[in-house]
Amino acid sequence: MASFEFEIPETTSRKLTVSELTHEIKFLLETSIPVVWVEGEISNFKHHSSGHIYLTLKDELAQIPCVMWRSRNAGLFFTPQDGMKVLAQGQVTVYEKRGAYQLDILQLKPAGVGELQLAFEQLKRKLKAEGLFEEHHKQPIPFFPERIGIVTSPTGAALHDMITVIHRRNPGVEIILRPVKVQGEGAATEIVAAISELNDFGEVDLIIVGRGGGSIEDLWAFNEEAVARAIFHSKIPIISAVGHEVDFCISDFVADLRAPTPSVAAELAVPDTHELAQHLRMLREQAISRITDKIQSYWEQLKQINTSYGFRRPADLIQQYYQRLDELYNSLSKSMVHYLLLQNERLNALHKNLLTLNPTAILARGYSICFDPKTGTVIKSVQQLKPEDTIKIQFHQGKALSEIKQIESE
Amino acid sequence: MSKNTFEGSMKRLEEIVEQLDSGKLSLDESLKIFEEGIELSNACSEKLKQAEKRIKTLLKKEDGNFQLELVSF
Repeated sequence: MASFEFEIPETTSRKLTVSELTHEIKFLLETSIPVVWVEGEISNFKHHSSGHIYLTLKDELAQIPCVMWRSRNAGLFFTPQDGMKVLAQGQVTVYEKRGAYQLDILQLKPAGVGELQLAFEQLKRKLKAEGLFEEHHKQPIPFFPERIGIVTSPTGAALHDMITVIHRRNPGVEIILRPVKVQGEGAATEIVAAISELNDFGEVDLIIVGRGGGSIEDLWAFNEEAVARAIFHSKIPIISAVGHEVDFCISDFVADLRAPTPSVAAELAVPDTHELAQHLRMLREQAISRITDKIQSYWEQLKQINTSYGFRRPADLIQQYYQRLDELYNSLSKSMVHYLLLQNERLNALHKNLLTLNPTAILARGYSICFDPKTGTVIKSVQQLKPEDTIKIQFHQGKALSEIKQIESE
Repeated sequence: MSKNTFEGSMKRLEEIVEQLDSGKLSLDESLKIFEEGIELSNACSEKLKQAEKRIKTLLKKEDGNFQLELVSF
């Protein structure tokens, strides 16, 4: 049993000051109670801007104010919440100025996994009530992202899986990695910073935030309020890919899209270029085939018109005229020939007649013609003559000049 | 072509094929949109042919600017 430094005065003649009494209390408490583990429920939790945490631990019957200095609480992997049952290791100290005793916390952890689960439910309710999970806040994921930001551990399998899937589906996608711790102390802070930096950088079309599977403590950073709010406020769409297939994290609810694993996130983020190329080829072929068909059908129409009766009619008519012309020409020719033949025959006949009527033909029979040599007139009668006239006599062959000797009248 | 217009281009291409299918356009209009379709198809194909596998890390420098560093995995 401890004893006072001072003697206990029995009369009011020896009195203590407040400081002295408080000092005694401090000495007693701080020396007789060693570092202890305390279990209790958190209330009045306050994370001061100085970095120090103030909270009250309580149970049904009592409560004790606590402090966890910044240097000690930096290592917390979770943010304590009111209502959470925790185990706190600490030292009882007396804060003389205020006349209060408190627990100076060295270590803090959830009293059990169940505590984390409760904290999760609590935060989920709170953020849902604020509307952070609502559909109309969710941004559409771009169909064909060309640059994807990834917030994850640089050493985990999750990153490797995502890179493999992305490169398989679309090797042209540029991957921008912003590496973070994904569990343990400081993880939540790093994730928040990563999302903020990618937003400031701006030149990514999409962000995947995720990690592989693990226990609820391992994944806790993705259930932290700060991370949820960072995801909510991101101007760039975010896919949450915390790798446990069935359960959800707060980040899953608040993100623009949730993927059950990082590999699935990569599939959701990136369309398969082989499929796209095939689809593109098909569309191209369809377009070509449609236009070809269309042109073909116009050709057919044109051909039909060309060969239709009405269209052929003019050509037909012309042909008919040609034919008629030929026929006329033929008949004309025939008639002409006929006419010429006739004329020829007539001519021949006349010619023959003429020949037979030739006066000189008669000469061959012995007759002769007498001319007046001066005038050339034919002497038909002896009365035209007198003795000593000269006459020309034409014989069948040759002519002679002769003189009349005597007229014999008859 | 930016990320948005790849999807936009594919959609327009589908539209064009549908219109050609419907047979409601004149020959002039058909030829025009066909040409548009072929151009879109070519541009999209080009985008899909990119196959450089680039991975970079984002670094924030002291002056607040960002730098990208190539990494290999």
